[in-house]
Amino acid sequence: MLKPWQAAMYQAILAMTTLLMLYPVLVMVLSAFKTTGEIYNSPFALPEVWSLANLGTIWRETRFLAYLGNSVLVTVTSIAVMLTAGTLAAYALARYAFRGNEAVYLFFLAGLMVPLKLAIIPLFIELKSLNLIDSRLGLVLVYAAMGLPSTVFIMTGFLKTIPAELEEAARIDGASEARILGRIMIPLSRPALVIAGIHNAVPIWNDFFFPLVLIQSDHAKTLPQGLTVFMGEYSTDWGVLFAGLTLSALPLTLVYIALSRQFIAGLTSGAVKG
Amino acid sequence: MGGWFVQPHFMSPRLRRQLWIAALLAPALLLLVGFVTLPILSAFVYAFYQWQGLARIGFAGFENFRLILFQEPFSTLTWNAFFHNVVVFVALMVVQNGTAFFLAWMLSKGLRLHRFHQVSLFLPVILSTVIIGFLWKLFLNPLFGLVNQGLIAVGLASWAQPWLGQPSTALASLILVNAWHWVGFPTLVYLAGIQRIPREILEAAEIDGASEWRRITRIVWPLVAPATTIVVILTFIGSFNWFELPYIMSGLEGPPFHTTDVLGLYFYRTAFGTVSSALQDFGRGSALAVLIFLFILAVSAWWVRLLRRREVEF
Repeated sequence: MLKPWQAAMYQAILAMTTLLMLYPVLVMVLSAFKTTGEIYNSPFALPEVWSLANLGTIWRETRFLAYLGNSVLVTVTSIAVMLTAGTLAAYALARYAFRGNEAVYLFFLAGLMVPLKLAIIPLFIELKSLNLIDSRLGLVLVYAAMGLPSTVFIMTGFLKTIPAELEEAARIDGASEARILGRIMIPLSRPALVIAGIHNAVPIWNDFFFPLVLIQSDHAKTLPQGLTVFMGEYSTDWGVLFAGLTLSALPLTLVYIALSRQFIAGLTSGAVKG
Repeated sequence: MGGWFVQPHFMSPRLRRQLWIAALLAPALLLLVGFVTLPILSAFVYAFYQWQGLARIGFAGFENFRLILFQEPFSTLTWNAFFHNVVVFVALMVVQNGTAFFLAWMLSKGLRLHRFHQVSLFLPVILSTVIIGFLWKLFLNPLFGLVNQGLIAVGLASWAQPWLGQPSTALASLILVNAWHWVGFPTLVYLAGIQRIPREILEAAEIDGASEWRRITRIVWPLVAPATTIVVILTFIGSFNWFELPYIMSGLEGPPFHTTDVLGLYFYRTAFGTVSSALQDFGRGSALAVLIFLFILAVSAWWVRLLRRREVEF
C-alpha cells in the first residue's frame, strides 16, 4: 500500500493536472460571457455581468447553425454507411469459412494505420471527376471508407465471440441467413457497434483537413471549418471568439460528460487490449 | 432483411452461399478500394509525372523526387520540415508520453476522485484541434493572452514573451499545446497496461521491500511494453502527419521564418498552393506524399519488430 505521504503527493499532482486541463476550458466558457474589454483587462475574473451578447452575435451574424447542421449531417451519414458496410463485411469474415477469408481480413486491417491525408491529391482528382468536390456526399464517402478498417476490426473481433449454438439453433428452426444476421447477430452486437461508432464519429466530427481541401462553398462547410471563417472575421472581438469556441465545443462535450465511459473505451479501442 | 434475397431453385446451395458472402463483402470492399486503396496507389503513379494544374502532361521519371530531395530551393525546405517533425516526435515522446506514464501510475492507485481525474484528463482529447488551436492561440497572445497576463500577475513579467511570434519558442509552444491536447490518450493506454499487470507481481515486490521507484522502473515499465509499442507507433504516425495544429496556430508557411514548418504544411503548400501564391504542383506534392508514406511505413514496421521483442508474456 501507499504510504500516506505518497498518497497525498499523488493526489496533489493529479489534482494539479486536472486543474491544468480544466482551467483553460473554464476560462474559455467564462470569456464567452464577457465583453472584449473585460477579457483584456481582467482575464481571470468572473464576468461582471453574465452577458449573452456574444452568443447572440454568433447566433445572428454567423452561419454557426448551418455549419453545425452540416457537421451533424456528414457525421451521422458517414457513420451509418460505415457501420452498415463494415458490419456486413465483418459478419462474412467472422462467421463463414471461405477461401480468401484471411486475405480479405488482412486487406481491411492494412487500412488501419494508413494516413489517408497523404492520398489527398488522388482523392481530390477522383472526387473532381465524380463531380463530388464541394459536396457533403463526397466527404461522407471518404469518411465512411476511412472508418471501415477499424469497424471491420472491432466488429469481426466481437462477432467471433458469439457462440455458434445460437446460430445453429436458428438455422435448425429454418431461419434464413439474412434473418440470422438481422434478428440475432446485429442486436447482439450493439455494444461493439457503439464502440466502433464512437471510435470514428469523434475524429470525423472534429476533422478539419478533408473539408479544407474538398469543400469550398460556405453553405457546405462543417463546424471546424466554419469556425476558421468566423475566427478570421471577428479576430479583434475576443468575446465573440470565445463564444464561438465555446459553442463549437459544447455539443461533443455534453455527450462526453454523459457517456465518458463509452467515449474513452471507443477512442482507445485498438490501442488498448480488451 | 429477409425479402430481397430470393432463393431460386436453379442455384445450388453452394453457389447461393458464395453469392451471399460476396454480397456481404461487396459494399465495404468497394468503398475501401475506391476511396482508400486506389487513391494511395495512384499517389505512387502520380509522383512520376509532370503536372500542370489538374492535368498530367508527361512522364517525369524520378525528377519530382530529385527536386524535393536535392534541388534548391525545395530541398532546404524539405529537410528543414523533416527535422521539425523529428523534433516534434522526440519532444512528444518525452513530454507528453513520459507525463502520461507517470499519471497512469498515479491513477492506477485508485485514489479518491481518480475517475474524475481520468475524465478531466481525457476531455481535451475529444475536442477538435481547430478549437484547441484557436483557444491556445488566444491564450498565447503576447498582449492580452492568459499566459503572459498570468506571468505578470505572479510577478514574472520578464518571462512574458511573444510565444508564437519568435523562432526560439514557436515550435516548443506548439508541442506543449499538442501535449496538453492529447496527454489523456497515452495516459489511458498506459493505465490499461498497468491494470493488466497481475497484482501478485507488484505485491510480491512490495513484500520484498522494493521501493516505489524501483517497482516503477523494474516491474511496471518493462511489463507495460505492449502499451509503449502502441504509444510510440501512434505518436510517430501522428508526429509525421502533424498539420492541423501548426496550420491553425502558426500558418501555412510555418512562421516565423519556417521555424514551425513541418512536412504536413509543406506538402499542403506544394500540392495546393497558398493564399499569396496559387503555385501548385501535384507532381512534387505526390512525390512528397510517397516519401512520407514510405518513411512512416518502413520506420513503423521496423519499430514494431524491435519493440515487440521487449514484450514479455505474463
